[in-house]
Amino acid sequence: MLRAIAWRNLWRNKLRSSIIMAALTIGIIGAVEMDGYMTGLTNQRVDAAIANEVSDIQLHNPGFLLNQETKYLIPHAGKKADEIRKIANVKAVSVRLKGAAMASSANAGAGISINGVVPDDEYRVSDLHDHIIEGTYLNNKQKIPAVIGQKLAKKLNIGVSDKLIVTMTDSTGTITNGAFLVVGIYKTSNTDFDKSNVFVTRKDLANLIGYPTNAGDEIAILLNSNQHTKAVTKKLNTLFSAEVKSHKLIIQSWDQIQPLLKSMVDMMNYFSYLFLIIVLAALTFAIINTMLMSMMERTREIGMLIALGMNKRKIVRMVMLETLFLSIIGALVGLAISILLVDYLSIHGLDLSSFAKGLNSIGYSSTVYFQVNREFYFTTVIVVVLLAILASIPAMMRALKLQPATAIREED
Amino acid sequence: MSIIETKGVYKTYNTTKVPVNAVNGVDLKIEEGEFTAIVGPSGSGKTTLLNMLSGLDLPTRGDIFIENTNLKGLSSSQLIDFRLNNIGFVFQAYNLIPVLTVKENTEFIMFLQKVPKRERQKRVKELLGAVGIGDKMDYKPSQLSGGQQQRVAVARALASRPKYIIADEPTANLDSVSTSELLELMAQMNKKYNTTFIFATHDQRVMDKARRILTIEDGKILKDEQFDR
Repeated sequence: MLRAIAWRNLWRNKLRSSIIMAALTIGIIGAVEMDGYMTGLTNQRVDAAIANEVSDIQLHNPGFLLNQETKYLIPHAGKKADEIRKIANVKAVSVRLKGAAMASSANAGAGISINGVVPDDEYRVSDLHDHIIEGTYLNNKQKIPAVIGQKLAKKLNIGVSDKLIVTMTDSTGTITNGAFLVVGIYKTSNTDFDKSNVFVTRKDLANLIGYPTNAGDEIAILLNSNQHTKAVTKKLNTLFSAEVKSHKLIIQSWDQIQPLLKSMVDMMNYFSYLFLIIVLAALTFAIINTMLMSMMERTREIGMLIALGMNKRKIVRMVMLETLFLSIIGALVGLAISILLVDYLSIHGLDLSSFAKGLNSIGYSSTVYFQVNREFYFTTVIVVVLLAILASIPAMMRALKLQPATAIREED
Repeated sequence: MSIIETKGVYKTYNTTKVPVNAVNGVDLKIEEGEFTAIVGPSGSGKTTLLNMLSGLDLPTRGDIFIENTNLKGLSSSQLIDFRLNNIGFVFQAYNLIPVLTVKENTEFIMFLQKVPKRERQKRVKELLGAVGIGDKMDYKPSQLSGGQQQRVAVARALASRPKYIIADEPTANLDSVSTSELLELMAQMNKKYNTTFIFATHDQRVMDKARRILTIEDGKILKDEQFDR
């Protein structure tokens, strides 16, 4: 019966209750969509970084990380790659010969990172082939092929079928240069990456700088899902423990390679929850006000209930139920609309192409596909319930302080 | 044995510079089944006395015994429980719960008493039939006249099977026809259930029905008259 009273009391002033519910609904839609946007944006960035740039896990000679010099090779890189392929949840492995170089054309020059890859292995590890906007991806049949980013092509003023001159240090420490034929131009959502990464075959690069064609200074590993990153990293550390301990090999997951990206993910997550709490805390004051107004208008009625014999526990329950109904209805409507909206935006994306230049320059895509974790929805419900309980306290206190003898004589 | 006994009851208010004795040494005994009116001019102390007799307020000095229980010895929570199980109320402004139907309003007090649902429904049917409102069980209070609302209030007061019913100016908002019908109804209920009724009133028609009239002035009982009606 208390539930019935609380529920019907809610609708005594339909306009007032509806306004508060609408405020909660809008607040929750705002908080959820904000989380959907931020999570989608950062997850896309992480996915893009894993797919195109760093993979899930990388192995290096520690010296390479300090100087990006090709001489810091991984001993028996090919054999190691074969062993890694046998580990559960490893999807693909690519051994790269990588180094710093200078790329030039007849018109201009630019500092680059040159990636010598086995095309078939790289195809499985990286999504770069999906980002070719002109020409083709690398294959072994082409002669000294190179795939370059659109930004670099623009800077050097070259296109498909043009020559790209690469200057770098060879295995003896001597500056050497060679010509590659641009066979493809790619464009990712990260303009910095596109500006500075050139892909050639490992065999061609090794020949140019005097290393065996199976040499590698980076092993990139793609997993079935980045949820397995920790477990596979642990297995790799066990598998190559001797070299890891003797500092001949370093194994890093994507978040260690790009700590800034990892902290960005954590920060966005933190901001989502902070935003949710700020929005709901602000709405709590509106709920407090509504409940206090409701109690003030019903002073005589509550005085009568106490006079009749309704004890404090039941008064508390009635007020709390009213506040919970008010808050939970608004929250559930808000969540339902939010879920539908997130569903739609997770498929169709939010087109921010007018901000594409800025977003791409910091590595973010201009179409954001919203993502919201179940935990966020769950947390929203918990926070709403907790704040509703808190919001009911002032109204409860007022009701409990009423003296029935005077309250029942209050004017309406 | 008296159902209510007051011994040297005083109620002093210190809201002004000079303390005011609203009730000024009242000694009183009310027996089971009485139909008693407390009368007196405005400010005479009848409402204050009624509040104390109903456990809504406690005396500054003196004691009020309901059967063997001294109300002064009860905590506020115990007083609430005591009222629930021993006292019925009929207020001047009806004070029904507007969001509940007639049936639910009558049932509510029994819900608080944790009476089983089947028993509640049986009593509701019987009482609403007895007060002549059995055909309006699903109406909301706002759909009833003042007289009908006050009948529901009487049914609600009786529903908890109280030792006595306190009725504060129950006819003040009613027209003459409704007043006579309500008084007749309460007199019937008094006889049928042997429930004690104590009224505070200005209304001569109530006084004409009462079998005992206590006249109060300046917080003191001036006259205590018995009538054979």
